Amino acid sequence: MDIKEEQRKAQELIKQQGLRVLVCAGTGCVANGSLGVIERFKELGADVSVLTDYDKMTIVPTGCHGFCEQGVLVIIPDKHVTYVKVRYKDVDEIYNTHIRNGQPVERLLYTDPKTGEHIHKNEEINFYAKQTRTALANCGHINAECIDEAIAVRGYEALYNVLKENNPDAVIETIEKSGLRGRGGGGFPTGRKWRFTAANRGGKSYIVCNGDEGDPGAFMDRSVMEGDPHKLLEGMAIAAFAIGADEGYIYVRAEYPLAIKRLRKAIKDAEERNFLGKNIMGSDFSLDIHIKEGAGAFVCGEETALIASIEGERGMPRPKPPFPANKGLFGRPTLINNVETLANVPVIILNGAEWFAKMGTETSKGTKTFALTGEVNNTGLIEVPMGTTLREIIFDIGGGIRGGKKFKAVQIGGPSGGCLTEEHLDLPMDYDSLIKAGAMVGSGGLVVMAENTCMVEVARFFMNFTKNESCGKCVPCREGTKNMLKILEKIVAGKGELSDLDLLEELAHTVKDGSLCGLGKTAPNPVLSTLKYFRDEYIAHIVDKKCPAGVCTAMKTIVIDETKCKGCTKCARTCPVGAIEGTVKQPHHINQDKCIKCEACLNNCPFKAITHK
Amino acid sequence: MAINTKINTSKLDEILCRYEYKKSNLIAILQAVQEEYRYLPEDALIYIGTKVEGLSPATVFGVATFYAQFSLEPKGKFEIKVCDGTACHVRGSMPVLNAIRNKLGIKEGQLTTDNGLFSLETVSCLGACGLAPVVVINGKVHPQMTSDAISIVLDTILKEEE
Repeated sequence: MDIKEEQRKAQELIKQQGLRVLVCAGTGCVANGSLGVIERFKELGADVSVLTDYDKMTIVPTGCHGFCEQGVLVIIPDKHVTYVKVRYKDVDEIYNTHIRNGQPVERLLYTDPKTGEHIHKNEEINFYAKQTRTALANCGHINAECIDEAIAVRGYEALYNVLKENNPDAVIETIEKSGLRGRGGGGFPTGRKWRFTAANRGGKSYIVCNGDEGDPGAFMDRSVMEGDPHKLLEGMAIAAFAIGADEGYIYVRAEYPLAIKRLRKAIKDAEERNFLGKNIMGSDFSLDIHIKEGAGAFVCGEETALIASIEGERGMPRPKPPFPANKGLFGRPTLINNVETLANVPVIILNGAEWFAKMGTETSKGTKTFALTGEVNNTGLIEVPMGTTLREIIFDIGGGIRGGKKFKAVQIGGPSGGCLTEEHLDLPMDYDSLIKAGAMVGSGGLVVMAENTCMVEVARFFMNFTKNESCGKCVPCREGTKNMLKILEKIVAGKGELSDLDLLEELAHTVKDGSLCGLGKTAPNPVLSTLKYFRDEYIAHIVDKKCPAGVCTAMKTIVIDETKCKGCTKCARTCPVGAIEGTVKQPHHINQDKCIKCEACLNNCPFKAITHK
Repeated sequence: MAINTKINTSKLDEILCRYEYKKSNLIAILQAVQEEYRYLPEDALIYIGTKVEGLSPATVFGVATFYAQFSLEPKGKFEIKVCDGTACHVRGSMPVLNAIRNKLGIKEGQLTTDNGLFSLETVSCLGACGLAPVVVINGKVHPQMTSDAISIVLDTILKEEE
């Protein structure tokens, strides 16, 4: 078999598709109705006689483009156009006006929020213009369920080259030289991990892909699995070849049904082409890949807990050493890498270690994906070189804060990470600079918070999360997170004391020092970093009994502005506890003893007369 | 709390057979059982624990209670999952959750409505953060929810059920 020949055939197939209309079919766009959009396009495209420049039109359902906020996204590469927020009812207009008559549909183009201009090309939209896509390069541009589309964009070429050269040590050396570090959070040098595992070559060993993307607010692994599953399989195959494994598992969280479906299809297709299975591409190398569905446990993202879960047990971490490289899955040497890490492997092999190492900073090479969410204008998935500043990410790519609010902080790295503030906006982000600032890259979740976010409440939120997800094995984590949560709940309820802050810090250090795995070791981070940067907010809650952001219910008083109230009685009727009193056409008032602060009145007042005090 | 669902052992055998009576497939077995019954009946757990080599009912129970996906009480015909991941939380998932509770009369800590029609849970992240806050009902993702929007969604379901 010659991969170049396969590529040529695949590219020919794509040419035969005629006019390609790419419609995003990632989880986000499906929620916005992309399946209906695809159906309608297909119905219209059935009559090919009306197409002037093409003899055929092919609707390509793709993976995630990352710009979920603007979904459903429709891209017609040959017409150099990207349509945003497309709904079922818009399809006929795109088809008739643009595809048949060459006139772009202006109203469905992306509008630059700063200039108000309509933008035609994908790469000119600010959100995309500042990105460098390598791991995500194909996501959104190919049909994830069609192996030929992957082959056409050089899929499996790296594996072919590696097998042809047949030098596993050279592969490890390339990965080492590239400077790639684990993208799941730890940032451990990938090449070194491979070398440790390869030291045990000879017997049975395993390759495991960690797709248990549990960090709330991160969805890059989902996008890769859904949008470019073959790249992940290829990365796994190269890793397996390098370390001498012949069996692999992809552990995917059960919350990602679409990713599981596409991976299953991809594995089947790859086996049919002999890109997986026995004697891959005619070589001596064989690899079987299985999928293991998770069942909802955050701690399973930790590698030893993940191994326990694949073995069918409670997903509880095991002490290290022995490291998985020596004694992992079913007691055999095991290499565990995260989805994004593995997706970088084929690109590094194809373009060389030097190419990869040119991107990024001194200690962190390449690009990193971030899931940009929260109070930012453009939410979505992005990929930028390591060392990009927060300002570029939030204000250029993200388009600034929603509703013109003031930036307050960004929570990075999920429940294990920390908060960064205004003073960090120009900090080049990489593994080491973030650790220094008291946060971590983590899996790359970036949740932007504005002036209306209460940092104490955020700390409580994360502590509640880790308390729920603590597996219970280590007492300091199990009991410590519970008690830290209790204190935080006390503070947001307006019953905190100043001594609670010292106790919080003391507990935080105990939990950090006394836990076996990453979950416990990092669980106190959100508390420590908010205490560091937003101590005044804690003090406002404790001393002044006020929530500066106006979030914490216990400290809110809801009042009716008598000058605005028309006495329409709507609020009194809405109130679930009968706390609003007054006569018709007279200003009403709220009985604070009865009020449960549910805000039902506030949201329903037609005159906006009800406010927080 | 013991809810007695008649256990069809031939169905369980079929599931066990599909997963080769293997201990390492326990999670997949439990997922298949839950799909069948919409929860994990106690008798089924005991049956699996005695049939699969290397497992005991206690181990099976341990695994079933460890993972959030598994439920030992029946879920509703409509499974509502409110995402309370960070992105959804920041954009107001709690008011949406409260609106659902009020509308369906589900108290905090209660899983399923008395008529068995709805069950309500929060989940930590569905990976649809760009569309926050989201609510998933029987696998369908409802994006950018508000208290009013979810109310309309529920009304539609209620009307169809009448």
